Amino acid sequence: MRADPLGAPQLATGVVLFRRPFFWIIAAVIAVFIAAPLWGNDVQLRESLLLATVYITLASNLNIMLGYAGYVNFGSIVFFGLGGYICVYLMSAQAWPLAAATLVAGIAVSVLAYVFGIGILRLRGPFFALSTIGVNEAVKAFVSTFEPWGGSAGLYLSSELFQPLGGPRQALWVIYFLLVAVMGCSLYLSYGIKVSKFGLGLFAIGQNEDAASVLGVPTRRYKALAYSVSAFLPALAGALYFFKSAFIQPSDAFDLSLSTEAMVIAMLGGQGTVTGVAVGAYFYEELRGWLLTSETFSNFQLVIAGTLLLVIVLFLPGGLMGWLYERWPRLKRVLE
Amino acid sequence: MTALLDVQGISKSFGGVRAVHGLSFAVGAGEILGVIGPNGAGKSTLFNLINGVFAPDEGRVVFRGSDITGEIPYRVARAGMARTHQIVQPLERMTVLENCTVGACFGRENLGLSRAREAAREAAVFVGLGDRLDLPAAQLTIAGKKRLELARALSARPMLLLLDEVLAGLNPTEVEHMIGIIRRIREGGVTIIMIEHLMQAIMSLSDRIVVLNSGQKLTEGAPADVARDPAVIEAYLGDPALAAKLHAGA
Repeated sequence: MRADPLGAPQLATGVVLFRRPFFWIIAAVIAVFIAAPLWGNDVQLRESLLLATVYITLASNLNIMLGYAGYVNFGSIVFFGLGGYICVYLMSAQAWPLAAATLVAGIAVSVLAYVFGIGILRLRGPFFALSTIGVNEAVKAFVSTFEPWGGSAGLYLSSELFQPLGGPRQALWVIYFLLVAVMGCSLYLSYGIKVSKFGLGLFAIGQNEDAASVLGVPTRRYKALAYSVSAFLPALAGALYFFKSAFIQPSDAFDLSLSTEAMVIAMLGGQGTVTGVAVGAYFYEELRGWLLTSETFSNFQLVIAGTLLLVIVLFLPGGLMGWLYERWPRLKRVLE
Repeated sequence: MTALLDVQGISKSFGGVRAVHGLSFAVGAGEILGVIGPNGAGKSTLFNLINGVFAPDEGRVVFRGSDITGEIPYRVARAGMARTHQIVQPLERMTVLENCTVGACFGRENLGLSRAREAAREAAVFVGLGDRLDLPAAQLTIAGKKRLELARALSARPMLLLLDEVLAGLNPTEVEHMIGIIRRIREGGVTIIMIEHLMQAIMSLSDRIVVLNSGQKLTEGAPADVARDPAVIEAYLGDPALAAKLHAGA
């Protein structure tokens, strides 16, 4: 980093990320996710944290579109579902190994997202938001009738596929650690983009797209790139998640309520922040787990999610982090 | 001398309204060209046609020797043209410095982040926003936002600067200050096209003036000549008799 005569903080370039405290905060979070369930071989904690990694991955990547570029993507779950389908299909029908199937799923979904993105990102505001629901529903309808992928009945994986990972018991640990890695990558990606020139361009688009374009931000390419980048890690998460379940069907893979939950999480934590979204995801997952055990209501978390969203939009538009920054502005220097 | 910007017979209609019609003019490097005309004469539309916000229906825009007609605004910005908006367009939740950094990052020099920050700070200090670098743009006064428009455009280190009424809404002291800034920008080698309603200011700043009326060029020439032109006076006052009388009096 260059010496700065005026002593004002500088935006980091990729090379110096590791010198900043926030880099190590993310590293610490990852370490806790790895160590906590290993401590005492706690399988129940592992399963709860596994869901948290999925929520954090979905919400962090959604945040790149929603919080940075200001585009409301209601259908972000389509990346997760498609990733799952491609992986499960490649493993069951083509006998690919997990690593290859997962990576190909991620890349394929990213490329698809770029192509879709070029098309639907011409729309703005509510029209874009609606079109994202359209994309999800269209893909869901297509998959439901697509015979190679089992149509509405879905696809199963044989339990033998867990053998290369050292049997079912060990495989669950491997999948968990892989999901923690995906979550870690999501957090670093969100952070890396935020402090990069790409991120600055996205924030400019989010504030005023026309002005950004006049200032020279390549708006079309940046938006499509953001949409595509934000598809990659959710697709990996979907691949691993559905490999773990050994079963995938359209109604689980393309469940809009999960999309909505990701949106609530991003708003709850503070859209545009990295920390807020991760913390929001964790607390939401815990709350959800607690509510799911309620005997009176099934899926009661969705009622809570809806209410939360209303309260946040009305009273706390900046979310948790917005509220914290207002009280302690200095936090901005450490937390992103 | 080849022109930095050459506008050749551009036209643009919105529905049935011809906003700009068959307009041609050129700007040489280092010049300040003033564009005046009554409200609705097509001045801001002209800027939008030059920097690619709208594509003209007819005609060509040649900048630095290449045809940029109908090019997307961000490519025009990258080619070295920056502009300010008549209605200010701050990136509201970003700070003054961040606003200018966007201009520097994506402008002509396509700077990396840390060098862009330096260019941005320089530009912000230059227009007198040095003490408000970390203030969110939304919290600036209208005069501050006008300065921010200018600082953001300057951060891009453009060769051609389009100024759309940067003096409107400023008090006399602020106008004085802004005129000084515009002079210094030109001394720095930047070519300027400015739209302005404040006659005294534009007459003293411009080397040449183009007068628009109903989307067409009414006349073009040195400030003093344009000010004496009866057709110009008539266009502004809308009354040939009064114009003749004033002209006789002047």
